[in-house]
Amino acid sequence: MRNEKLQTPDWLERELRGGPAPAAPSEDAAAQAAARLAERIAAEGLADVTYASADSPFGTLLLAATKRGLVRVAFPEEDVDAVLERLARRLSPRITQASASFEEARRELDEYFEGRRREFALPLDWSLVGPFGRRVLRFTAAIPYGGVSSYQQAAAAAGSPRGSRAAGNALGANPIPIVVPCHRVLRSGGALGGYGGGIERKRWLLGLEGALSREK
Amino acid sequence: MSEPLPPFQRFLDTYRGDVWRLISASVPASEADDCFQETFIAALRAYPRLRRDSDLRSWVLTIAHRKTLDAHRARARRALPVADVAEHDTRASAPTPRADARDEQLWSAVGALPNRQRSAVVLRFLADLPHRDIARAIGCSEEAARRSLHEGLSKLREVVPA
Repeated sequence: MRNEKLQTPDWLERELRGGPAPAAPSEDAAAQAAARLAERIAAEGLADVTYASADSPFGTLLLAATKRGLVRVAFPEEDVDAVLERLARRLSPRITQASASFEEARRELDEYFEGRRREFALPLDWSLVGPFGRRVLRFTAAIPYGGVSSYQQAAAAAGSPRGSRAAGNALGANPIPIVVPCHRVLRSGGALGGYGGGIERKRWLLGLEGALSREK
Repeated sequence: MSEPLPPFQRFLDTYRGDVWRLISASVPASEADDCFQETFIAALRAYPRLRRDSDLRSWVLTIAHRKTLDAHRARARRALPVADVAEHDTRASAPTPRADARDEQLWSAVGALPNRQRSAVVLRFLADLPHRDIARAIGCSEEAARRSLHEGLSKLREVVPA
């Protein structure tokens, strides 16, 4: 009996496994400690990528940024885990949640959705976009509020006049929709064309900006 | 090809509970938060260089264990030679009294174990690590780790009534 003390779990081992009876439920204590940690990581700039959610008329958007600027805006139907995993693979796995550091982005988005802001002043990070896509999206970013352009013009501006299909793909893959207004690029005849976030949203955004009359 | 590293936030959310438990079993409540922060800050710094097939749980618990040893050393340095016993009792300075006197007794006894025995007990029963990983974390042979564990348990049996 005495020799088996260490082989069979006994009262002592059971109690040790249970850990100290915490003053507060330990899952809460751990969650609070983790929240303090995430704040500190953001404040001290220790993460390579931070993210937060933002309300919008479309539902909850996911925003992600690097030290350079906003790098990703994801629509509500995109799977958050999958988006973060892709960011981890393509940018860095040092990704933490950081609500406070997205205050400015949230404010600008709110103002935009309420029709009180015509352009975004947020710094952008183009790391997720290749060279051609970057030229297309930079051109897109310069289309003024209320205006529209065409896939053909976007392609020409990117140095590939016949590449309107490629330009369409680059716009469809825009990692920073809304803020980089790919919704302002239409088919040459004025038809809406496609939109990564769904055609209804494209129509809604153009309506918000007062740019729909051209379509009809 | 193994799984890529999960985003750090998910890693933190997955293991924060285990890390918290190991830490609060090893240091006074007043030091637990510091240890927790230091553990995950160290993990964050090393994270991108981590091998993809690493056992993340064992890795972070080993870091947490190191941080609790740092806390014990720092406390030992701060303590005056004539400091009263309460200074050395790692659980005695917990600000909130624990509900259960017996539980309190057990964990202050764990806190008062010599470093190596406490490490072995905590890594075995709270971190649930195999003896090989415990030996690596303590920096001794597997046999020495088993011995420390045995000695630690014997001491606890003496102090805490069954």
